[in-house]
Amino acid sequence: MAKRYKNAGETVFDVFNYVILGIIGVAALLPFLFVVAGSFATDAEITKRAVFLIPSTISLDAYRFIFSTDTIMRSIGVSVYVTVLGTLVNLFFTVTMAYPMAKRNLMGRNLILNLIIFTMLFGGGMIPTYLVIRELHLLDTLGSLILPGAISAFNLIIVKNFFQELPLEMEEAARIDGCTELGLLWRIVLPLSKPVLATFTLFYAVGHWNNFFSALLYINDPEKWPLQVMLRQIVMLSQAAAGDISTMDPGFVQPPEQSIKMAVIVVGTLPIMCVYPFLQKHFAKGVMLGSIKG
Amino acid sequence: MKQASIPGLAGREMPTRTYRERRDSRWRRLRRDKWLYILLIPGALYFLIFKYVPMWGILLAFKNYQPYLGFWKSDWVGFEHFRVFFDNPDFFMLLRNTLLLSFYNLVFFFPAPIILALLLNEIRLSFYKRTIQTMIYVPHFISMVIVASMSYVFLTTEGGAVNEFLYTFTGRKIDFLSSPDWFRPLIILQTIWKECGWGTIIFLAALAGVDVEQYEAAVVDGANRWRQIWHITLPAIRSTIIILLILRMGTILDNGFEQIFLMMNALNREVGEVFDTYVYALGITQGAFSYSTAVGLFKSVIGVTMVLGTNWLAKKFGESGLY
Repeated sequence: MAKRYKNAGETVFDVFNYVILGIIGVAALLPFLFVVAGSFATDAEITKRAVFLIPSTISLDAYRFIFSTDTIMRSIGVSVYVTVLGTLVNLFFTVTMAYPMAKRNLMGRNLILNLIIFTMLFGGGMIPTYLVIRELHLLDTLGSLILPGAISAFNLIIVKNFFQELPLEMEEAARIDGCTELGLLWRIVLPLSKPVLATFTLFYAVGHWNNFFSALLYINDPEKWPLQVMLRQIVMLSQAAAGDISTMDPGFVQPPEQSIKMAVIVVGTLPIMCVYPFLQKHFAKGVMLGSIKG
Repeated sequence: MKQASIPGLAGREMPTRTYRERRDSRWRRLRRDKWLYILLIPGALYFLIFKYVPMWGILLAFKNYQPYLGFWKSDWVGFEHFRVFFDNPDFFMLLRNTLLLSFYNLVFFFPAPIILALLLNEIRLSFYKRTIQTMIYVPHFISMVIVASMSYVFLTTEGGAVNEFLYTFTGRKIDFLSSPDWFRPLIILQTIWKECGWGTIIFLAALAGVDVEQYEAAVVDGANRWRQIWHITLPAIRSTIIILLILRMGTILDNGFEQIFLMMNALNREVGEVFDTYVYALGITQGAFSYSTAVGLFKSVIGVTMVLGTNWLAKKFGESGLY
């Protein structure tokens, strides 16, 4: 398409455009790079230079310090548990509901669909939902982080639409061979839907890992706090101790507070960065599937 | 019965099928689809318990809920909580804070992904374009707690990089985190950093559908790049912009609980407190369940009205709308 180049003005625009977008791209990553660099820094360096990308000495003291007690480890454990179990629950609930909803001639389908769409427009709100969780005795249990968000109506509708578009020839053949409805879902529909399920697995998992709201509302017991709540306590409120100097070797110098906080931030972000390449591969597809149609 | 229920045809609209279906009694269809209904049970229970029971719990807004009396025995008070809320000076503070944040969001954040998508669309080098996209989507997946934490670490007056920098050059420090003047700009900047890149996806998807021949024809007609953007690219994303605007209007009273809650403190509360954080503070931390339910209900009713209203308007102006 090089022949679209017409005059000098457009060439100038193009150069400008490439540079601007390059700056924007770097700006998206820069804060995080600063945090990573700062987490490896020593006290001397932090007082010497305010911002740097490459620390002159790499010190792992901040990490050794935050893992010296099990405060962080325990909250990571909670987050991992909720993320894994929660995502499985999400997938089970979403698939079992999306499959029947994809059958166009299921009696009552339109009514159920409208009831689902209505929940996207209007809801009971924070307090009534909180009271339901309380009545179910889910407060201060990890179930409160999993069950209230078991299905995202939006994701459900996208998966339903995807099931609806699947070619039916294989289904028909399987039925004639005596395959039951459940067998059909398990052996034909799910294997055909692997890419879409991979997308939603990642979306749900990231949602669980990043979830702060539910834990803030439903979990009071610090032993059951997921990492996001612990992060806020340590970094923003400075109310929880990340490590314990008395458990370290004698001679261990307490790392600067800024480094400790940055190390905690890195730990909280690392899992997201690890799955990001996979997310990247799938999410555009997920968004494209997002066009809602009845 | 056998021939009427070859289930393989389920899901396909065939004239013979509908004819046969009319002959099927409801009971037969229920029995035929027995397994489908069984599969529906977990999901249906979920929506019932976690979505519809809370809606019915909205009745609390019209009662004076007493924990020792329970939901049923608490007295009805009608619109008393609403009256108290509207008479409370807090109401105007909340309304002002919420609307101002939404307004700034609309003016400064809403156009950002559109402009960014237009810039990206002008990049011809597909490798460069993909690399930039990969970079700008990252912040979307970072949790709000991390975003707020990073803001704290960089902006604090006690050794935060930004303030150290300011101090070196100007000899002064700015208390970004607790100054009411900086609260709104900070919120908008965080939103732009986190969601601007991600927001481009939907526009880029719409632009991917534009036929290249249109541009070629425009070139033949002597249109330069600006004219091409104005007459081809922008009209291609017009309906997407309108739909997103509708959605934005519907959430005009929603400022994102997590972000506000995390960035708010006693010193900037007067500009930070919005409906959601107010409901949390009164309901969850102070236990005023009925009053805070009423506040929440007021917010959702306005929200639904706004969505339906803007949708109606969009249809009036010849756009397809959402529903």
